[in-house]
Amino acid sequence: MAAAAGGTAQGRGATSFQRKAADGSRLATVVGTRPSVRHGQLLLSSGLPSLDCVLGGGIAVGTLLLIEEDKYALYSNLLFKYFLAEGVVCGHDLFVASAKEHPDNILKELPAPLLDEQRNELGEEATAVKSEDFQDSMKIAWRYQNLPKIEASPTTSTKFGHYYDISKTMSPELFQSIKWHSFYLPEELSLQPTVKTCNMNSAYGRLLLSIQRVIYQEGFDGSDPQKKQKNILRIGIQNLGSLLWGDDICCSDTPEDIHSLTKFLYVLRGLLRKSLSACIITIPAHLIENKAIMERVTNLSDTVVGLESFIGSERETNPLYKDYHGLVHVRQIPRLNSLICDVSDTKDLAFRLKRKLFTIERLHLPPDLSDTVSRTSKQELAGSAKLLSSGCGAMAIGKKHLDF
Amino acid sequence: MMFSSLEGLVFLEGLKSCLDLLFGEQEEQLGQPSPLQFISTSDLKALFDFVQVSLTPASSDSWKGPVLLVDDLSVLLSLGATAVAVLDFIHYCRVVVCSQLKGNIVVLVHSNEDSEDEENELVVNSLCHHSDLILWVEGLVTGFCKDVHGQVMHWRAWRDVVQTYQYKIQDKNVTFFARGLSAAVL
Repeated sequence: MAAAAGGTAQGRGATSFQRKAADGSRLATVVGTRPSVRHGQLLLSSGLPSLDCVLGGGIAVGTLLLIEEDKYALYSNLLFKYFLAEGVVCGHDLFVASAKEHPDNILKELPAPLLDEQRNELGEEATAVKSEDFQDSMKIAWRYQNLPKIEASPTTSTKFGHYYDISKTMSPELFQSIKWHSFYLPEELSLQPTVKTCNMNSAYGRLLLSIQRVIYQEGFDGSDPQKKQKNILRIGIQNLGSLLWGDDICCSDTPEDIHSLTKFLYVLRGLLRKSLSACIITIPAHLIENKAIMERVTNLSDTVVGLESFIGSERETNPLYKDYHGLVHVRQIPRLNSLICDVSDTKDLAFRLKRKLFTIERLHLPPDLSDTVSRTSKQELAGSAKLLSSGCGAMAIGKKHLDF
Repeated sequence: MMFSSLEGLVFLEGLKSCLDLLFGEQEEQLGQPSPLQFISTSDLKALFDFVQVSLTPASSDSWKGPVLLVDDLSVLLSLGATAVAVLDFIHYCRVVVCSQLKGNIVVLVHSNEDSEDEENELVVNSLCHHSDLILWVEGLVTGFCKDVHGQVMHWRAWRDVVQTYQYKIQDKNVTFFARGLSAAVL
């Protein structure tokens, strides 16, 4: 392909356009990654193709993905496991840190990868219905026929990332080929500290030292390029900032130690930038009362995604949201080698947990199928539709604001 | 966090230096205190000393117009420096760079109107009072738009006129236009 393009360019002898083929092939030598079309940065999959798409193709190597946990940390835990499972399937090294659940147990409960045939079976029903719908020409709403079909869940065209079946756990054979490191806080606390903690919470200090050791000893910093095949280190840190990590930011509005978490994130980012690694952190944002800390944490992260589940909120029973289990807020996307980040065209995203799959989809309202024109709860619906997102109009309500 | 001065381009890359500070060898630190020492001592003097040494020209015969760029000052607060210490730091920098060396300082800070980060707001407010030119970049109040990514307001200290432009960011450049002259309207 590259050769052909080069040949035609030479034949015409007029264009200055040249593919950077050499560059791309050098980058693509690492398993489970692909260079980004937009900025050439090496991307890896988060384990959830629909999330990859929302984040502009995937997670760039050397960056930090921060997940704001939903209220009961159900769905954020799923994303966490997807990220690690993708690492196992791609043969990446893993580093799992937790203060609550033992990393061994987390790894045992990773979802099993779905093979292509199985996934097709799952999707078949949906596509069958779809094709039936569109085969015959529309008789009533015929003007809509020529409109482009809108895919509910954003998908990428090329094959990148895998799907996982959350009803099954991954078979132990898959683990045998990969290397993984664990950090379980209660075990680590019994060891002697050997790091200058810089006034940082000792748990964070130990975690940083542990990550730094793995990166340097296993050669992820690229210090010894001849040694072996390059690989990616996937770092997963669970419930960071919670009380279990010895941090008091979740307990009070004016915590004594507000700088530990931000210092930790800063140094962690330094480590990530210098190595072939990517990190996912889940953080109980809803427990942190001092919002200033979350603002700083967001500024210190690369990608920030917030999950808001409907469990326990009045939205659970709201007919508007009957298809979904919660909302996804993309709070921050990094700008890499470019002035602009990959912004998807829609800001209203929701997630849904099917029997086997967890997906992120564009939020849309269900069709009104009732016979009567006016629903009883129409007023309420309109009210909650306004609350849907902070998108266009929502913030300007009552202000009569016009930007242009 | 990154500091640089345009005369011969001296960079201090915070992310890299903090790794040396935390995981570096003990011997290296005996010679000279690291500019990022404040992470453990919350004293910004070493950082200021670094700025001063880097920007002061070796020979005093020619004026080279040093520029100090700070990206970004809000990070200092996250790393444990107090708001007063940060303001002191900027004040010292102004004395050296602006007054003694006749240079310029460009500082980036984060802020938004409904921010609850009081320390940061204190720094931002105070900087606004000391700055000669303020560029305030924000997203549109009415939300995301494909053709207008936000607006930038700028005002000068000695004039009470605020000018507003809207902008659209492309891959490699940014186009500015007056309000209402975007592709979405025209």
